[in-house]
Amino acid sequence: MSRNLKEKFQLSAKEYQDMVQQKKPRPPLLKNMVVAFVSGGLICLLGQLVLNFFIGMGFTTQEASNPTVAFFIFLGALATGLGVFDKIAHHTGAGTAIPVTGFANSITSAALEFKREGFVAGVGSKMFLLAGSVIVFGVMTALVIGLISAVI
Amino acid sequence: MEYLLAFVVGGLFCVVGQLLFDLTSWTPGHVLTAFTVAGGLLGGVGWYDKLIEFAGAGASLPISSFGNALVNGAMSEAAANGVIGVLTGMFELTSTGVTAAIIFGFLAAVVFSPRG
Repeated sequence: MSRNLKEKFQLSAKEYQDMVQQKKPRPPLLKNMVVAFVSGGLICLLGQLVLNFFIGMGFTTQEASNPTVAFFIFLGALATGLGVFDKIAHHTGAGTAIPVTGFANSITSAALEFKREGFVAGVGSKMFLLAGSVIVFGVMTALVIGLISAVI
Repeated sequence: MEYLLAFVVGGLFCVVGQLLFDLTSWTPGHVLTAFTVAGGLLGGVGWYDKLIEFAGAGASLPISSFGNALVNGAMSEAAANGVIGVLTGMFELTSTGVTAAIIFGFLAAVVFSPRG
């Protein structure tokens, strides 16, 4: 092959990237947004029902959010254990990931995945593999803001 | 009305999350962490509690409310006991969520086996 021809068919890194970008399947943005809105909205609507149930049991509005969150963590862990969470989340995306059900899913799925490594080395130590950074960065944020509030 | 507000506001939180999933290359871990930090920052200026008053579970179920609760716990104890309160108060409001996640995550691992 002549040198000229070879150069003709060679792509620069940028050209290649552009081609990849063009061919890559684009997520159906609008559909995903609608599904996330409806599914996430429904979870929060159900959450409001549970919240009102606990308020009816004598909790104050503020206190009632704790057992409500616990209930949804229970639901998320149960659905993950039964294997239905992933099937639902495949369609709902952020609709099930952003509510605390997603937090419960990340903990439960890590716990289950590492069960074969044992309860101490696997379940216990790997449980927060995904959710750990939520806690760590939440705490660091609260530290900075808490310190600022203590000083002013 | 409160059910409609919970639906709409909770749904909007998830739309923001979905946009971050689709338009950025962040992992779900990055998105959940960003929500938590954002909730903490909004909590610091007192806006997140207003949103919870307005939308109930629509604002208290998304993971951002975890960041808000951490900040509120730290700030309220800091107001009462000074800097040391940041340490002692941080998990005051969020112990339920973390405890429930550990307990139910562990129990699920006892009862169920991984699939696939």
